[in-house]
Amino acid sequence: MTFITSYHIFIKEFVSEFRTRYALNALLMFVVTTLSIILFSIGKESPTQDILSGTLWIVIFFSAMSGLSRTFVAEEERGTSMTLRLLVNSSSVYIGKLFYNFILILVLSVIIGISYLLFIKEFTVKSFDIFWMTIFLGSAGLASASTILAAIIAKANTKGTLFPVLAFPILLPLLLTCINATKLSTEGAFMSEAVKEFQILISFTVVMVATSFLVFDFVWKD
Amino acid sequence: MKKLTFKSENISKLYNRKIIFEKISFLLNEGTAFAVTGKNGSGKSTLVKILCGVLTPTKGLIEFTVDGKLVPYPDYYPHIGLVSPYLNLYEEFSAEENLSFIMKVRSLGSESVQRAEMLLHEFGIYDHRKKEVKYYSSGMKQRLKYCAALLHEPSVLVLDEPSSNLDQYGIEAVRKFMKIQKQNGILIFATNDKDDLEFADTVYSVENGKR
Repeated sequence: MTFITSYHIFIKEFVSEFRTRYALNALLMFVVTTLSIILFSIGKESPTQDILSGTLWIVIFFSAMSGLSRTFVAEEERGTSMTLRLLVNSSSVYIGKLFYNFILILVLSVIIGISYLLFIKEFTVKSFDIFWMTIFLGSAGLASASTILAAIIAKANTKGTLFPVLAFPILLPLLLTCINATKLSTEGAFMSEAVKEFQILISFTVVMVATSFLVFDFVWKD
Repeated sequence: MKKLTFKSENISKLYNRKIIFEKISFLLNEGTAFAVTGKNGSGKSTLVKILCGVLTPTKGLIEFTVDGKLVPYPDYYPHIGLVSPYLNLYEEFSAEENLSFIMKVRSLGSESVQRAEMLLHEFGIYDHRKKEVKYYSSGMKQRLKYCAALLHEPSVLVLDEPSSNLDQYGIEAVRKFMKIQKQNGILIFATNDKDDLEFADTVYSVENGKR
């Protein structure tokens, strides 16, 4: 495996995405739709910061589910996965696609975070360092789990429905930790108070990446 | 010329407990052409995929050596070029971009740029090299697959239905490169076309064995 090969796969993914808009349009529309629904459903009510922290991560989770599987599903549907298998080793493919998914979900989470802060007046963040750190580490965790899951479900017949169903139990600890860390950011906690949450998020990502790296060859080849 | 051996020992493939084929054995050296024939659904394409390392056999062993060194199965990708109907290139990229991507991920040197141009000329798609592949006809796509498969000068060239979708010009170009491959490496192809079979030193019927 060479990182240069992974880098070329990463660049290929971006160029391909900007030309085909396989995931990007769907993701952005999903964000707009879900945020509108939340805004309408809140109406004149004043939900607590706990509830709003939860809905933020629900939007991020389902947006990720609607777009992150595309990286492998599109290869299978277009019949290019075998081409890729004949060109490079599986580790390079995994690293390239993992970084692509990470950047995609990070950009998306930042857009969701900014939109949330702008449009939902009741959502007030007091510790922006904790908030943005949670967005960053949460995105890394989401990308680490969804990349291997996308590779698995790309070979199944019921791709669309299988992805969130499989992802939910795996991502539950990550989502709960992200919600807790977001709550801390709305309470004005110090960075040192959120260290435990960040440690869980980092550990989750490291474990997911290491496990995925070991099993990806089996998933990708047969 | 590199010293090559490609050995298949009793390979079998089962799908959902159904036997696709079983106990296929052969030994190939450099400078040989090996043809696989058989009825539709007999498992020719499955065998081709197994030989290229993109599918693993249920039973049996495949051994590939280059200059006496064993290449670990199934990581044959640096040595193999495959052209088949189920193998696609990126339609949102032009022919030039597809070949450039292949050059980069295969870490091919600058001399491969000239080789890519030569192949595009030989297969008659040089003038269309900047056009996105989605606008290509099926014959042009097939020609581009040959350019992609031959770009790294593979030791083993594997062709599944070599002349499918091609006009006379394309077939002649393919046969020219089949002849070159047979001289310089190993050529494996799956076909039922009598004209293609003339290239083979050995013809293997998936149903009946060697002929």
